[in-house]
Order: sequence, then structure tokens, then C-alpha cells
Amino acid sequence: MKCDLCNKPAVVHEVTVKNGQKNEVHLCEDHAAESGIAMPGHQPINQLLTQFVVSPADATQGGTGKKGTQRSSRKVCDGCGMTFAQFRQSGILGCAECYEAFAEQLSILIQRTQGGATHHVGKSPRRAGKSLDRQLERQRLIKQLDAAVDAEQYERAAKLRDMLNMMEVNDGDGSGDSSDESRRS
Amino acid sequence: MELIPESTWDNEPAPHSDVVMSCRVRLARNIAGFPFVNRASETQCNEVMRTAREVLLAMGNNDDNGDCQMMWVDLNNSTTRDRRLLVERHLISRNLDESKTRRAVAISEDETLSVMVNEEDHLRMQVLAPGLELGGALERINTVDDAVESRVDYAFSPRWGYLTACPTNVGTGVRFSVMLHLPALKITNEIERVRRAARDLHLAVRGYYGEGTESAGDFYQISNQVTLGRTEVDLLDEFEQNIIPQIIAYEQEARSILAKRSEPLLDDRTHRALAILRNARLLGLEEAMKLLSRVRLGVLMQRLDDVPLKAVNQLFLQVQPAHLQLHAGDDLNADQLREARADLVRKTMA
Ligand SMILES: [Zn+2]
Ligand SMILES: [Zn+2]
Repeated sequence: MKCDLCNKPAVVHEVTVKNGQKNEVHLCEDHAAESGIAMPGHQPINQLLTQFVVSPADATQGGTGKKGTQRSSRKVCDGCGMTFAQFRQSGILGCAECYEAFAEQLSILIQRTQGGATHHVGKSPRRAGKSLDRQLERQRLIKQLDAAVDAEQYERAAKLRDMLNMMEVNDGDGSGDSSDESRRS
Repeated sequence: MELIPESTWDNEPAPHSDVVMSCRVRLARNIAGFPFVNRASETQCNEVMRTAREVLLAMGNNDDNGDCQMMWVDLNNSTTRDRRLLVERHLISRNLDESKTRRAVAISEDETLSVMVNEEDHLRMQVLAPGLELGGALERINTVDDAVESRVDYAFSPRWGYLTACPTNVGTGVRFSVMLHLPALKITNEIERVRRAARDLHLAVRGYYGEGTESAGDFYQISNQVTLGRTEVDLLDEFEQNIIPQIIAYEQEARSILAKRSEPLLDDRTHRALAILRNARLLGLEEAMKLLSRVRLGVLMQRLDDVPLKAVNQLFLQVQPAHLQLHAGDDLNADQLREARADLVRKTMA
């Protein structure tokens, strides 16, 4: 289908019924952006939720949705009493435990809104500061290493590579404090 | 509430300040053991406030954190004008201003660091800086985060990272944003292309006051959306070294194309804007922002020699309603605001 305003393919289709009169709008990406219609994939999170987490049948009131989805929307967080259905309405969780209670549904949603990411990397409490400093330091070393290789300064490059390896080793043994979870990638 | 009478920022030229007005790093954090703000009882909200106050005010006494003396503003006992002033200075969000919850903000003496308490998350800490200098801002916010973390336990999970009320902030909880001034892209009708490109790169494009606001005066606030699966420094690098420079270059190109191919148009837009600002007797906010934006472009492109850039930069803030009322020392109605705005601009531009 073509855009109402030009010859490009329409990507946004909007049907509104006003006073019994059906009105269809089909727009290409450019004209949709111009007329302020949200592009697919850029909706607020609660709209994403209804579309992707809930099956279409379950979304309509009284519909005969799959048992699994119905059970999941009735799921309650022990920490704060929030139901998944309530979260779906607001897009805001009630407490830290909600992340456990709704882990299954949230993992799909989070992956979707976070460019496919599934796990945290970066700063963690207790290793605060240190971990960020190390990231900065490592980044600096990697840049210097790249530059050294580009400039064919192989001795320097070898030295920098040793320093980087040293950092890995120190990270690996947990360097004193909280040993476990701080390195994931 | 005592605020610095004028923004102290634009005294020195900041990196890329021809296009980047300011930048900001924000961290979202929640205190372990309390429900998130939307599910917290009044008692729990008060307890979060008490904890935050104690920790944040103690930072100034700690040598590690240097000159970090914080001012505490209890927003439930503040006037509407004070809260609006804070919104206009981007020290609190509109949400926090309008919220009915027990809430507060802690602000550093130089007004570059603020910590909102009981916004969507228990703590929303931000560092503001002029121009494009997110690296320094990240280091500073990290120090504050460490200081807070040394005294309270954060809600954190090994898998998801820092737990936030909205799952879109989970992970690092870090949001980098820049306030861009893109008048040439607006004049050359290319702003929509930038908007689309930004969205394709998983960036959020917002107006002058964030979420759901219009892009007054050709200002666009751009920020990263992804907060999970990448380190803070990775996110920073991509945003500051890769993405934002491309948009800056695009605006600069539009400016030079304007100067080369459409000199009369450029001169007309900028001189006309200045003429109106120098003569208007009534000025609406939106009109003032739009005209100031064009004058700023003219000054940066050496089309308007007799207007100091600093004065223009400060006017963007001073023409906002609460700042005009502060200046007048009185509450003003809509008509009085438009008159006061025109007076101030006329005098400054004379
Ligand atoms: Zn079209
Ligand atoms: Zn919960």
C-alpha cells in the first residue's frame, strides 16, 4: 500500500471511527513522522507490554487467552502485592522483588527495550568506584595499544598487552573484595 | 531557598558549546528494603527522605568528597515559584514538581549536582555541565554514588544490575543526555531526518524540558535509551565520541551551507529576529525562545557583531516565567509576564 501523500510505501496505518464514519490513514515513514504519528517500535513501554508480552486473545477483556498468559497476568509479587496486570497498566514496578516475581515476562520485555541485552555489566555496589576506574584504565590501555600497533611500535605494544593481561588476572582473582558476580560479559 | 542569581556556567567556552548547550549524566538508584516510590507508604517515603538527607548532607563533611556542600530543599514545604525555578534550571523534573509524594531535592552549591529524592526512583542523581563534557560529569556522579553507597544498600541484582522502578532504566541506571541547539537544521528543514536517525540509533529525542515537551527555541535533548548489557564507559564512549559528534557535524554543515548558499536568508532570519527582540513590547515564551535561538545562531556565525553571546545564553533562562517573577519580586499574570519578558529582552539587547 502506498502513502496517502506520496508514492513511497506506507508503514503506518491508522483507522479511526468518528461519528460512525470510518477514516483510514496510510503514511510513509517521512510523512508519519511529520504528522506526529508514533512509529512502530517507538511506543511507550506499557504499549510494548500489551503488544508483545500478552497474547492478542488475552488482551481483549473476557477473551479466551492461553492459560499460561492468564496465569502470568494474575501473578502477584510477594514483596509489594503488585500484579503483573497492574504493572502492564503503569509500566512501573512496585519493588525490587517484582524483578524476581515477574522474571519470565520481564526478561522478554527488557531484552526488547535494551537492544537485546540480557545481563548487567559495569559498575556494581561494593566494588564501587574501583570497577569504573578499572574500566577507564582498561579503555585507555586498549587505545594506547591500538595506537602502538598502528605506529608499528611493537615493543611498546607488547608492554601494553602485558599490562592489560595483568589487569585481567587481577580481576579474575577478585582483587581482595567481593569475588563473585562482578565480572560478567 | 537561595539560588545563584545567574547561571555561572557560560563564563568559559566549553567544548562544542556552539552546538551543545549543556550535558547531563543521571543515575537512577533505589534503596534496598523499601518498595519503589509508587508503592511506598507515607512512612516509608519519609524514611527514604530521612536516610537520603543524612547521607547527602554528610557528604560535605567528608574530605573524600571535597567541596560537596549540599542544600536540602523539602519540596512539600516549598512555594510553587521555587519549584518552578528549579524546573527551569533543570535541577528537578516536572514530575517531581507536580508529585504529591513526600519528596525533596539536594543541590550542590554550584548547582551542577542535584539529587532528587522520591521521584520515580528513590534517588535520581544528576551532574550538569556546560558543553560536551560527559566524561568529567560521569566521574563526578560516580564519586557521589560511591559516597551514598558507602552508607546505604542499593537495590541490586547480579543479573539485572541496579533495580529501577521502570525496567527501561535497569542495569547501569545511567542516562547521558545533551541539550543541542540546532537552528540551522531547522531552517534547512533537516531536523526530521536527525530525529529519525536518532530513533534508529535507540536514542530518545525530547524537548527543552524533557519528556513530552516541545522543542522550544530549536533545542533538542538527546539521550541514550539502552542502559543494560554495556558498561558505563562503553555507553559514554559511543554516545560522546561517536553519535553526538555526528549530529554536531551535521548542524555545522547546515550552518556553513546556509552561509555559502543562502546568505540573504540567514541574514534576514537573524537580523529580523534581533529587530523584533529589540522592539517588542509584549513577548510570549515560545516566540522569545524562537527569536533568541535565531539571534544565537547569528552571533555564532558572526552576523550580529554587537550582541554578546553570554547575554543571549542567559536570556534563555531569564525569560522563563518563574525567573521573570523572581526578577520582578512578585507574582505576574500572563499579560504582565509577556510585558516583563519584552522589557527584559529589550534592555539586555539594547
Ligand atoms: Zn509519504
Ligand atoms: Zn514487588
